Order: sequence, then structure tokens, then C-alpha cells
Amino acid sequence: MLLYALKRLVYVLPVAFGVSIVCFLLVHLAPGDPLTAIMPIDATAEQQAQMRAAYGFDKPLPVQYGIWLFKVLQGDLGASIASGRPVASEVGRAVGNSLILASLATLIGFGFGTFFGFVAGYFRGSPLDRLASVVSILGVSVPHYWLGMVMVIVFSALLGWLPSTGAGPGGSTAWRFDWEHLQYIILPAVTMSAIPMGIIARTVRALVADILSQDFVQALRAKGMGEWPVFKHVVRNAAPTALAVMGLQLGYLLGGSILIETVFAWPGTGFLLNTAIFQRDLPLLQGTILVLALFFVALNLIVDVLQSSLDPRIQRG
Amino acid sequence: MSMTAEPIVEAVGLTVDFASAKGPIRAVSGVDLSLKPGETLALLGESGSGKSVSLRALMRLHPSSAKIGGSVRVDGRDVLAMSARELSAYRGKIVSMIFQDPGLAFDPVYRIGDQIAEAVMRHERVSRAEARKRALELFERVRIPSPERRLDNYPHEMSGGMRQRAMIALALACRPKVLLADEPTTALDATVQIQVLLLLRELQREFGLAIVFVTHDVGVAVEIADRIAVMYAGRIVESGPCADVIRNAAHPYTRGLLSSRSHGALGKDERLKAIPGSPPDLAAPPPGCAFGPRCESFAEVCGSAMPDNVVVSSSHIARCVRLAIRNSSQPGG
Ligand SMILES: Nc1ncnc2c1ncn2[C@@H]1O[C@H](COP(=O)(O)OP(=O)(O)OP(=O)(O)O)[C@@H](O)[C@H]1O
Ligand SMILES: [Mg+2]
Repeated sequence: MLLYALKRLVYVLPVAFGVSIVCFLLVHLAPGDPLTAIMPIDATAEQQAQMRAAYGFDKPLPVQYGIWLFKVLQGDLGASIASGRPVASEVGRAVGNSLILASLATLIGFGFGTFFGFVAGYFRGSPLDRLASVVSILGVSVPHYWLGMVMVIVFSALLGWLPSTGAGPGGSTAWRFDWEHLQYIILPAVTMSAIPMGIIARTVRALVADILSQDFVQALRAKGMGEWPVFKHVVRNAAPTALAVMGLQLGYLLGGSILIETVFAWPGTGFLLNTAIFQRDLPLLQGTILVLALFFVALNLIVDVLQSSLDPRIQRG
Repeated sequence: MSMTAEPIVEAVGLTVDFASAKGPIRAVSGVDLSLKPGETLALLGESGSGKSVSLRALMRLHPSSAKIGGSVRVDGRDVLAMSARELSAYRGKIVSMIFQDPGLAFDPVYRIGDQIAEAVMRHERVSRAEARKRALELFERVRIPSPERRLDNYPHEMSGGMRQRAMIALALACRPKVLLADEPTTALDATVQIQVLLLLRELQREFGLAIVFVTHDVGVAVEIADRIAVMYAGRIVESGPCADVIRNAAHPYTRGLLSSRSHGALGKDERLKAIPGSPPDLAAPPPGCAFGPRCESFAEVCGSAMPDNVVVSSSHIARCVRLAIRNSSQPGG
């Protein structure tokens, strides 16, 4: 098992390398000069050249990449053009916040999703199944920024139960596990959980329906197993796929929640990306995307290893 | 096996109805089965004749939407009256089943040894270690090579023949009295088929099992059975001692089945298809004898009512009007 994990890790290295190249080129493929944003409008040609040399933009691309990669490997993602602060620390904090939000959302989604999925799969064609289907379809198809705004209107504005935006009292951006902070995460997490909930519910429903129709379930009953032991077998068979889907959902939520993080002003990567894009802060954009992509690659690796450890049919060679 | 022993399995007027879009389907309509301890009955018939459905009805393995009628008594108990709890204590303990495709009958993500131990622990108050020990003994008994190592295999790590041996080991784990085998050799290669058949016969003697053996293959039926029951469209159309039914087949359908294989043994996936025509639609059966439309000696009387059982000779019976006519015109014949 450990050997398999190490092998997978080796396979992942070229992927990570590719990701780094794409992220690097991003700055150079983007229209416009990355420096125009910070360059004084009336800068002379000489000043522009100086600036270019200071940022290393005068060297050939492969050399630039080499230097950039060398720094990245040491944890230096450059400095934000807009704020001048190191990108690494900005991204680190944002990733931490996003990870907390996305994990909570995935957990909520996974809990409800598997519940609805099992109910629907076990009672196919019943009113319960139809109810679960409606919930899961709504989960995937309702626009999330809209759902987010409805949540804010209902639970913040009308009822006043929960704060509407931010990650902590007084605009704090550092997360802590106390009620003061926890109440800020509830609305965005619940809103965000709608996506994984819908997807996991549908996946689990199909999985359960498929498993229940297999011969071995009848064989289990034929040897005298009651409903509860059979249920355990069904869970055990559904687990590898369900967990894999959950892992991938977590990956998507980590980077793909720009709208929700913006609606709730949650200081995560989505929020950061949004700012970076609007301020044309290319080093920040580059660093954020790089870190997110690497997270995604790592998550895939974990999912892969987890799945193969749960399903003996997946070759571990 | 004595002739006077009480039957261990006795089904009378067994019916199974499924709901379908076209209305109810009667997959089994009035099947009588009687099996003494230690006896083997082969249930023979074309695909779709209701063999598997009858077999599953003996264990009530059908979804709850299926309606089972008639009466089923096994080991002196009324199976159709059992509660869910009684049913699960009965399954695997009194009666167990071997499935056609052993590749699909094991849970793919559990080790085979654990799946056998699970059944043992379900029915007997034994520890896990003891249950594993029993599994090992069974593996040795069904002659699985390097049994200790094989217990830790997952189903996909075994060959088809070995999985079927493991399935037999599982079925016999709690020393049942009745074994229901649903085409246990159909999915196997010819040589493996014979090995598995011989093993089953050997185990039957050792355990004193009563076996209901479903098959398409007349050759297999002859090999293993004391008695043969031929099914057509949800009914048993002929039944009797193996030799009588084979040598002196009375029903035109049985004769068709026999002649369809007289030119060499049937291969692995060969089905009995030599009889022209196809079985009736169970949602709209023809009036009278269900085999009528395909029968070469169809007469007008055949279309009027389903023929009753006619005694051919002591315990050999068949459902064919022409036999009844012959019997009444030649008394004692
Ligand atoms: N769960 C079910 N719901 C509806 N119809 C069913 C169900 N199970 C079986 N049937 C129908 O009952 C009839 C008899 O099926 P059965 O499986 O007993 O045939 P069989 O004799 O075992 O054939 P085979 O040799 O192909 O296994 C078929 O027409 C089948 O379509
Ligand atoms: Mg069948």
C-alpha cells in the first residue's frame, strides 16, 4: 500500500511540473504587459527598461522560468503588485480559509447527499425517491450566488440570526475555531454544500441501485443475512466511489467558489482570485492558481490511494 | 434414502406472480414439488420456463412485490408463513443456494474466507476464529488447492471453477438439509463442469443433502438426478424417475428436448433450441395447453383447457391430453 502511494507520487511529479509551466506562462500569455499596471503612465522608455530588468522580464523565457521555479521551490511566489506583500503569505492565508469553508461544505454535502442517495436508492420509485431527486436536482441547478443572497436575506437581514459577510468579527481574516468565528461560516458553508450534496446524492443513488441489483446481494440474503448486514455490504461497496466523488468535489470547491466567496466576502482563494483579476495583479493570480492546481493534484493523489485501498479490484501493482 | 421417508421439501400448487406494465405475469403457475432427504431432483426446461423463479420461491428470495401462492413446506415448516426473522434464520441454515455465476455471487470487496465465516457466525454462536477454521475445513473439503492462502483471496483473484467450489463451500457452511442449485455449472468450462458435478454428488452422499438442480442440459440432469421434472411456461409438464422420463418420455415437449440433444452433448452456451417456435408470452398465455402452438401433434382438444396430470406409470406423470385419451381407450395400458 505504501509502495503504491509512493509510485503514484512519482507519477504525479510530471503533472506538477506541467502545472508549474502553465502557471508560469499565464503571465506571459495574458494580453498586455504585466508591468503596465504599476508603471507610471509617463514613464520614459529607459525607466520601463529598468523596471523590466528589475522584474527579470528582459531575460529569455526559459531562464525566467528557471529562476521563477527555483524561487517557488523555496516558497517564494514573488510580491503582489497591488499590495507589495509576499504572494506566498497572502495565498497561504486564503487557501487556509478556503480549505476550512470547502471542507465544511463538502462534509455537510456528503452527509446529506449520502443520506438522500441511500434513501432514494433503497426506495426507488417511491415518493421518498422523488423527493430526494428533487432536492438533489435543486442542489445542482439552483444558481449559488442566488441561493447565497436568499440565505443572507432570510437568515441575516430578516431573522438576524447570523452575520452575512466576512470570516470573523471586525473584518478579521484569520480563522479561529470559536463561536464568534463559527457563526460566520455557517451561511457560506451551507450555501456551498448544495453542489456536492446534489452530485453525491445522485451518485450514491445510482450506486446503491446498481449494487442492490447485483447477484451477490441476493446471495447474501440467501445465506441468511438480514437487512442490516446487507446494508453494511452495500455501504462498503459504495464507499470507494462515493469517497472519490467527495474528494473531487472538495477540489472543485477549493478553487471554484469565486461567486460564493464573493457574495459572502469570505477571505479565501476565490475572493483573492477575484481581487487579483480585477486589479490585474498577475503575480498574485499566478501564485494563487499554482497553489490551487497543486492542491487539486495532491487531492487527486489522495483520492486515488484511498480508492485503491478500499477496492481490492483496483490493481495496486 | 428410503421410500417411506417424509418429504423434506414439499411445494403444492406453487404460483409466483410479478407485476408488469402489461399487467400481472404468472411466471410459475401451480408447481408441485416433493423431495425426500438425500434425493436429487433435476428441474429441466428452456430459458424463461420459470425454473429460477420456482427455486427462489422456495427461499422467498423474490422482491416483496412478487406474490407467492400455494404452499411450501420445508423440513416440516411453512415457509410462506415465516416472519422476516424466521426467514433469515431458515435461509442458509436449512436451505442454501448455489448460483449460476459464481463470479457475481460473492461480494467483490470482501475476502472469500470472511464471506464464508460471516455465514457461519450468522447461524452458529461461534467466534470469528472458529468460523474461519470452519471455512478452511470446507475449502479443504471442496478440494481448493492451498486453501489457507485462498481464504484470503478476493473473488476476482480466483478462477471460475474455484469460485464455484468456494460457493459450494459457502452453501454447505452451516450443514443445510436442502441445496438449491441454479445452473451451477452452466458458466463453467466443460472439464470443470464435470469436476464440479462429481464434487456435488460426492458431497450430497456425505451430507445426505436433498438437491434441487436446475439445468438446461439433459446430460447433466441424467448425470446427477434421481428424478427429473420438466418445466414449460411456469408448469411442470412431466416428472418421474430419471430413467423413466429419459427412456419413456410421455410429453411431446420432453421428447423434443431429448431429441434436440441426441446428436452429441451440449456445449457450454448451447441452449435447447431445436424445438421450433418460442415459449408463450406469460402475460397472455394461449388457451389450453401452453405448449399447444409448438406441438407437432396438436389437436383441437388441446386448445380447450390446460390438461391435468396423467399417470404414465407409478410415479411418472405428464400433462398431456393425448395421454389421457390413450389411457381411457386402452385401460391398463
Ligand atoms: N423479478 C421479476 N420480475 C418480473 N418478471 C420476472 C422476474 N423474475 C423472472 N421473471 C420472469 O419470469 C419468467 C421465468 O424466469 P426464470 O428466471 O424462472 O426462467 P428460467 O427458467 O430460470 O430461465 P433461464 O434458463 O434463462 O435461467 C421469465 O419470463 C422472466 O422474465
Ligand atoms: Mg434461471
